[in-house]
Amino acid sequence: MSDHELTHPELAEVAVIDDSEDLSRSEVILKGALATGAIYGTLMVGPYVRKALAMSGGGDIDIVNFALTLEYLESAFYAEAKKRAGAKGELMKLIDLLADDEQQHVEALTATVKQLGGKPVAEPKFEFPYDDTASFLKLAQTFEDTGVSAYNGAAPMIKSKEVLGAAGSIVQVEARHAAAIRLQNSEEPAPAAFDTPLDEKQVLKAVEPFLA
Amino acid sequence: MPESTQAGVSRRKFMAVGGGSVALAAFLAACGDDSGTTTTTSSMPAKSSGQTSETEQFGKGDIGILNYALTLEYLETAFYADVVKSGLFKGKDLAVIKKFGEEEAEHVDALTAAVKQLGGKPAPEPKAEFPLEDAKSVTELAATVENLGAAAYLGQAANIESPEVLASALAIHSVEGRHAAVLNTLLGKSITPDGAFAKPADAKTVLESVEPFIVG
Repeated sequence: MSDHELTHPELAEVAVIDDSEDLSRSEVILKGALATGAIYGTLMVGPYVRKALAMSGGGDIDIVNFALTLEYLESAFYAEAKKRAGAKGELMKLIDLLADDEQQHVEALTATVKQLGGKPVAEPKFEFPYDDTASFLKLAQTFEDTGVSAYNGAAPMIKSKEVLGAAGSIVQVEARHAAAIRLQNSEEPAPAAFDTPLDEKQVLKAVEPFLA
Repeated sequence: MPESTQAGVSRRKFMAVGGGSVALAAFLAACGDDSGTTTTTSSMPAKSSGQTSETEQFGKGDIGILNYALTLEYLETAFYADVVKSGLFKGKDLAVIKKFGEEEAEHVDALTAAVKQLGGKPAPEPKAEFPLEDAKSVTELAATVENLGAAAYLGQAANIESPEVLASALAIHSVEGRHAAVLNTLLGKSITPDGAFAKPADAKTVLESVEPFIVG
């Protein structure tokens, strides 16, 4: 497929690498989420994630481990961006804030998996395709929008009210990040009235190929 | 491929929500005022007591939660409509306010449809008045309203029974969060005032905050 057909080609170039060769279910779903976002746009990520988690059938531990994998990605992305994104001033302050928030999400989700009696997934290695501030910001925008959509897709599957509350608390912060990054890009901060499509059935047909 | 797939949501433009007019500003001002006295108005349903959830005054279970959200979205829509009419904003800021107002109107439509789908009766549109004195205080009121709105949705997430209703509420919740972040940015405030984890607000707190803007 050529880049011209992709909605977000930058997402297609993100590498999720598992050195242990023990590719976790969470990593598989994350790769599918990135592919779905790359091809169909970030709004489609939510329905894809929900369906993929439903098919894996592992309950809250699996859902939180998927969220943890997503936060690993965001946390690594911003930690690296402090050195690599060529940011200064206000943008540097924003990156610091985002890096700190995502790291706190990683810690909270790790603790949540343990509380639920599960084993937190290991952090994969990531490779982020950007080479300047502009391409960093573009990728940051699609990551944040992907994160919002992924959480919104996954949350209705969560059984524990406490875990649902925590996921809601995190997704609102991701949405705030998304808006802030979009302002940096002079893009509409809240491009649609709904952060996941209301007609999921229609969407699922499109993303079916990514459902492992 | 479009980013937004919103089949099922009426794209009908929101029609002058506030038969009234002044709704927006008062709304904002009241929200930010912790010390303000609250007045009882006829439009708000009587508060429930005891163990019943505050949203039950709007209906049982998910219908009550949706009607509670609908009431808040009516207020937000009226607020933005009044702000647009006030002439206090121009250019980019006006465009932001118009866009947010349109999105709140879409939330009104979606929530109205959701209540009907569940076999409930949509809550009536409250009449509201908002203080609209100058751009700064109005922006502050807008930020207060959006942060409160986001917290209100978060506060209900765990109370919602139907996964479909929860999905819809979450799809709106994060948009309110985006709005809040933009308004906070306009004011030079933190985009994440609660830190890495947003805090919820219960219905009682939220309803008490908006009550001063409801006039009948």
